[in-house]
Amino acid sequence: MEKPVIATDLELTDRSRQRIAALCARYPTRQSALMPCLWVIQDEHGWVPAAAVPYLVDALGVSEARVHELLTFYTMFRTEKPAKYVLQVCRNISCHLLGAREVIAHLEKRLGIRLGETTPDGRFALAGVECLGACGHGPVLQLGKHFYEQLTPARVDAILESLRRDVVPRADTDRLFEEDR
Amino acid sequence: MSRQDCRILSARFGRPDGHRLAVYQAAGGYQALRLVLAGMKPDEVIEVVKESGLRGRGGAGFPTGAKWSFVPKTADQVYFFVNADESEPGTFKDRYLLDYDPHQTIEGTIISAFAVRANLAFIYVRGEFGWLVDRVQRAVDEAYAAGFLGRNILGSGYDLEMIVHKGAGAYICGEETGLINSVTGTKGQPSIKPPFPAVSGFLGKPTIVNNVETVAAVPWIMLNGAAAYRGFGTEKSPGTKLWSVSGPVRRQGVYEVPLGLPFREFFRDDLGGMRDGEELKACIVGGSSVPVLTAEEILSCTLDYESLQQAGTMLGSGGMIIIPQSADMVELLKVLMHFYWDESCGQCTPCREGTGWLHRVTSKLLKGEAVAEDLALLERICDGMAGLTICPLADAAVMPVRSFLKRFRGEFAARIHETAAAGSPTRWARGE
Ligand SMILES: Cc1cc2nc3c(=O)[nH]c(=O)nc-3n(C[C@H](O)[C@H](O)[C@H](O)COP(=O)(O)O)c2cc1C
Ligand code: SF4
Ligand code: FES
Repeated sequence: MEKPVIATDLELTDRSRQRIAALCARYPTRQSALMPCLWVIQDEHGWVPAAAVPYLVDALGVSEARVHELLTFYTMFRTEKPAKYVLQVCRNISCHLLGAREVIAHLEKRLGIRLGETTPDGRFALAGVECLGACGHGPVLQLGKHFYEQLTPARVDAILESLRRDVVPRADTDRLFEEDR
Repeated sequence: MSRQDCRILSARFGRPDGHRLAVYQAAGGYQALRLVLAGMKPDEVIEVVKESGLRGRGGAGFPTGAKWSFVPKTADQVYFFVNADESEPGTFKDRYLLDYDPHQTIEGTIISAFAVRANLAFIYVRGEFGWLVDRVQRAVDEAYAAGFLGRNILGSGYDLEMIVHKGAGAYICGEETGLINSVTGTKGQPSIKPPFPAVSGFLGKPTIVNNVETVAAVPWIMLNGAAAYRGFGTEKSPGTKLWSVSGPVRRQGVYEVPLGLPFREFFRDDLGGMRDGEELKACIVGGSSVPVLTAEEILSCTLDYESLQQAGTMLGSGGMIIIPQSADMVELLKVLMHFYWDESCGQCTPCREGTGWLHRVTSKLLKGEAVAEDLALLERICDGMAGLTICPLADAAVMPVRSFLKRFRGEFAARIHETAAAGSPTRWARGE
C-alpha cells in the first residue's frame, strides 16, 4: 500500500537545513538535537508548521509523538502562525509589586483586547506570562528576543506607537550590543 | 574590609565591552585555566573547591566539591551542565553574570568539567533570554577560536566541547533532572532520585549540574586559593553571594556581598531603604519558593545559610523580594499560586492537583468568596503535597502558602466571607 501523505513538504532554506545537519552531528545523539532543531524551524517561520513533524521524524529518527510532545510541553514553541507582534507581559510577584497590573490594563485599553487575545487585524497579541528573570527591572514585556523594562503607561504608548509604524524600538536588552552590529 | 574588595563575581559588571574575550583576558581572564591545565590533576581541583567550602548557588546550597566527588572515577563518559534556566521568581543574577561577563562562566565551566573529567558541557539558557543565548554563543565561539575549547586545550591533552542549549519556556527545566531530560529531546519532566545525576544522568552517564553562579566562582578560587575564598563569609557559608533584589526599595539590582552580612546593613547601605512613602512589611529572601519572613524577622537576620535557616526560611537562589506595607498578602499569594499551577509538569498527582487547588482557593479568597473552612482547606492541601512528589516543585508551592498563612493570618482571615452564601469549599473547588 502506498504511504499516505501526512503533510506537504516543509519549506526550509538551505541555511536552516545545514544548521539542522550540523546540530545532528554536534549533539551526542540525533534525538537530543530535537529541541534546537525545532528552534531552527521556528526562527525561520516564526512558528512550527505541521510539515515540520514528518520532516523531523525523518531527519532525526524520532517518533512523531516525541515531536508533538515537545511542541505541547514547551510554551515557547508555536504551532499556529502568531500575530506579527506578540507582547508578553510578566505578571509575577516582583513585576506585580512594581505596577504590572496598571501596565497590563493600559495595554488592554490601548490595543482594545484582553490578555490572551489578538487584535482583529492579526498584528498584536497580548499575553500574560510568568517571571521573565527581569524582576528588578519590572514591569517588563518580552517581544521576540528582547525585553522592554521599567514600563510605565507612557513608555507603553511610545512602544506601541512605534510598532504601529512597524519600527521595532530599541529594547533594554539591546544596550550592550550596539557595537556588535 | 570595604565592599569594593568583595567583588569576586561582579568585578567586571558594567565595564564597557566586559563581555569580550580581549577585555576579560586583559583583566586576568583564563589565567586560572592555564594554571589548572599546566599542572593540576582533576582530583586536585576537586580538593581545592572542597576546601573553599563553595556551596551550590542554584537553590539547595549543596557543597560543590562533594557533589563533584560523587562521579565514579571509572566512568568512561561524563557530562557537565551549567544551569542558566533562571526562572525562579525574584531571581535575575545569572542573567547579569552571562550578560556582563560570559567568559568568567565559560572559564569556570571548563575548569569544572576538567575536574569531573567531562568532555562535553552544555550551558542551558532559558529560552526567554533570547538575546543572552546569542551573547553566550558568541563568547563560546571566541573561546573556541582562542584555543580554550575544543581538542587538546592549551596543549594539555584535555578535550572539551561546549554547546549552548536554548530552553523553550518551562520553569521545571531548571530542576536538574528536568534539565537533563530536556536536552535528551524529551519533555523536561524530572526523574525520581536516586539514582542521582552524578551517578546516572544524561544518556545514563554521570552528569554534574551546577548553577551559573557556582561555576563562575571557580576561576577566582583556583587563582587565589581556597583560604582566600574563605576569607569572605562565615564558617559554614564561605565566600560571596549575589543577591537579586526587587521591590520598592530605592536601589533594586544585583549585589555581591560577603555571606553573613546583616540584612539591616545591606538594606540600609546598599538598597537605600524603602522608597518614599513605603514601609517594609515582609521579605521573601531566596526566590518565590522559600518561606516569607516578616520585617521584624528579616531585620534580625544575617544573610547566610545558617541564619536564614534558623529564622525559618532559606537562602535559596538569593532572589530577594521586598514587600511593602501597601501590598496585599492574599493577592501576592494568589499570584504565586498561579505560577506554580502553571508550571507544575503534571506527572505527580499531589502536585498537579494540589497546585490547582491552591490556585483556586487563593483566587476564591481574593474574590471574597471564601468561607472559614477554606483556610484549613489550604493547610490540608499542603499536607497532601509536601514531600510526596518526584521533585521539590510541590514543596516549593507549599512553603509560601504555609508561611503566608502563619505570618499574615490576620489578612487571610479578614477575607473570609461571613455568610455561607459562597457555598462549601469542596463544592466550589469542584467547579460546581
Ligand atoms: C522546580 C525547581 C526549579 C529549579 N530552577 C533552577 C534554576 O532555574 N536554576 C538553577 O541553577 N537551579 C534550579 N533548581 C535547582 C537545581 O535542581 C539544581 O539543584 C542546581 O542547578 C544545582 O546547582 P548548584 O549545586 O550549583 O546549586 C531548581 C530546582 C527545582 C526543584
Ligand atoms: S512535583 Fe510537580 S513539577 Fe515536580 S515532577 Fe511532580 S508534577 Fe512535576
Ligand atoms: S517577576 Fe516579572 S520578571 Fe520576575
